[in-house]
Amino acid sequence: MAGVLQVLVLLVLLAAVWRPLGDWMARVHTDERDWRLELGIYRLVGVDPRSEQRASTYAVAILAFSFAGIVLLYLLQRLQTLLPWSFDRGTVEPGIAFNTAISFVTNTNWQSYVPETTLGHAVQMAGLTVQNFVSAAVGMAVAVALVRGFVRSRTDRLGNAWVDIVRGCTRVLLPIAGVAAVALVATGVVMSLRAGVDVVGPDGRPSTIALAPTASQESIKELGTNGGGIFNANSAHPFENPNPVSNLLETFLLLVIPVSLTRTFGRMVGSMRQGVSLLAVMAGLWGAMLAVIWTAEARTASFAGANLEGKETRFGIPASALWANATTGTSTGAVNSMHDSFSAFGGGGALVNMLFSEMTPGGVGTGLYSILVVAIVAVFLAGLMVGRTPEYLGKRLGRREVTCAVVVVLTMPALVLGGTGLAIALPSTRDAMTNSGPHGLSEVLYAYASAANNNGSAFAGLTVTSGFFQTTLGIAMLLGRFLPIVAVLALAGLLARRPRVEPRPGTLSTGTPLFSVLVAGTVVLVATITFLPALALSPLAEGLT
Amino acid sequence: MTTLLEPDTESGTSAVTGAQLRRQAGAAIRVLLVLTVLLGVVYPAAIWGLSRLPGLHGNAEGSVMPSGGSSLIGIDPVPADPAADPWFHTRPSASAPDDPGSVPAPGLGPADATTSGGSNLGGDAEDLGAAVAERRAAIAAREGIDPAAVPPDALTASASGLDPHIGLEYAALQVPRVARVSGLGEDRVRALVADATDGRVLGVLGEPRVTVPELNAALVSALTPTAPGVGEECGCTMRR
Repeated sequence: MAGVLQVLVLLVLLAAVWRPLGDWMARVHTDERDWRLELGIYRLVGVDPRSEQRASTYAVAILAFSFAGIVLLYLLQRLQTLLPWSFDRGTVEPGIAFNTAISFVTNTNWQSYVPETTLGHAVQMAGLTVQNFVSAAVGMAVAVALVRGFVRSRTDRLGNAWVDIVRGCTRVLLPIAGVAAVALVATGVVMSLRAGVDVVGPDGRPSTIALAPTASQESIKELGTNGGGIFNANSAHPFENPNPVSNLLETFLLLVIPVSLTRTFGRMVGSMRQGVSLLAVMAGLWGAMLAVIWTAEARTASFAGANLEGKETRFGIPASALWANATTGTSTGAVNSMHDSFSAFGGGGALVNMLFSEMTPGGVGTGLYSILVVAIVAVFLAGLMVGRTPEYLGKRLGRREVTCAVVVVLTMPALVLGGTGLAIALPSTRDAMTNSGPHGLSEVLYAYASAANNNGSAFAGLTVTSGFFQTTLGIAMLLGRFLPIVAVLALAGLLARRPRVEPRPGTLSTGTPLFSVLVAGTVVLVATITFLPALALSPLAEGLT
Repeated sequence: MTTLLEPDTESGTSAVTGAQLRRQAGAAIRVLLVLTVLLGVVYPAAIWGLSRLPGLHGNAEGSVMPSGGSSLIGIDPVPADPAADPWFHTRPSASAPDDPGSVPAPGLGPADATTSGGSNLGGDAEDLGAAVAERRAAIAAREGIDPAAVPPDALTASASGLDPHIGLEYAALQVPRVARVSGLGEDRVRALVADATDGRVLGVLGEPRVTVPELNAALVSALTPTAPGVGEECGCTMRR
């Protein structure tokens, strides 16, 4: 009962900020004026904030910015011994540095290293924290560009990528993350520049507890749906998430922007019904998967009488299941319990959330553009059934628009199934698994699903330090991030050029409950036909035997 | 299928020229560097500065208790004499020695607080079953109780390996042993447990729990009233 009320408290908080935050984000991305801080930045970097870019230039800007981010993050890790607060953690080896640079720039935050023994504080702050912000801002920028594609007509301009990225940071992410970081310290999250603190236990035995500048990274790690922990145990570590209040705040932060962006979308297209209908899809699937994961965890007795392996006492089963559902439904991937130790259907539920292609409610920006793409596919399918040209939000969808949408929809399954198939074909993969049989396959499938969806959570029993996993998971993260981004921006460019058409009799009415059902059905249908065979061999086989 | 679709009227995305590419690449590097200063230096420094404020400072540096240890980090204490064990114990930890056959049982014993993490064993893994059986026997023997009475949180490794909390049931079943060995009396020990117990926040959030580091620190103070919090000396003053 308390567990249900806990979910209600979270939902009430999200509902309370949905309107103001959603409206604010719409204003941020339509405002004609710049803040003084922003003008300073534009002057420093030589960008004219009033100039607008074509889809191709917008895409080049996003790709160049991300590539520069990967290079800088790689170099910071390789040169960390020259930086302050590196302690004796040494140079990060090339495989880990490569994988980690891609992981944080793509908003995945998959971690193949133990943070508290591998990375110093300077790399954490100047490297990882920065990408926590800007990778989220990039996601938001791409989503906004797509929405502008629907809103504008007969133009080839989508806005200015630099302005969208900078404003996302200065007006949305930085203010919220700053307030949240201080609130987190108040709940007990650490914010220390020391390597650790020596303590003496009641038995007289000395130990050293690792410390880190945690709060400043913890807040943006959740708010930007990033998820990379400054400690190995991530948000299960008492220094990252010390009590039920910090846990509620962090769960709220990781959902708040993706949820509120549906309001931003509705405001920008001038019809709140359109935003609400997408929110309903997100909420419906999210609630259904929460019920699956929660029930599976609560009903599983395991060996100990309750499945508390890999869960923290202060969270118990309800708050662990709630977090697991929120972190895999968004593209966060932070964990407050270990998903590998979940029951077959509990862990399988987290996996399915990712295989829905991260749109319940998805990552910052990525969730909105992913669900808009599925909405286009749904409109197209409905058009096929009645034999007429599909339209969505006043735009006719031609062959090339639908092609772009299909590229987005098919990229992730191709990467997940291709990667998993390749890994399973290698004899060495069996040695990398902690668990054998169907659960071992789940570990591999989960890894590629997490990488290709830029989620970053793991069935962490899989040892991913080999060159094969570092490389293939790195490639899955890169392609899983940037192929869809390029296709979405191309789609936005095509849409912006099209004239608006007035709805005619027989035009599929979007923004209705029926449309929500259609979109949700498309999400489930695509995931089912692509992944059911693989799921039948992993969580389903494990849970039914 | 394509007959249903309107033919595209305009040409596709315009090609990007080399000069455009160079201009965007230059802007990319400059924006990245400026944002690195703002978000990677100024922002963490500002949060660090704010965390020096009274009331936040103690939290920011790890909630270290005056009596030693951290109120947030659970590391299982080891008694000098296992036959006379005066401490409340935390949950098993994957960062403690957790190989099969470890003494007293896999995962029971002091965790390594310099790292963190769980076992990642699947909920139905055979290895987990074996570890749970060993822990059940060791804890039942330590407390002198029926193995079936050992609660789930005592048998399972936490996610962080540093969980400072145990459930109320696991705390209650340790009270008789702690009272006997420390000589404090069960009522006194039960009162100390009650002091270290937190319910759900607002009756809704999280789970009821007992904070073990605080409880053991309170035990030390109760046993050495003249020099509260001198951890190293408590071994000799423990037996009265």
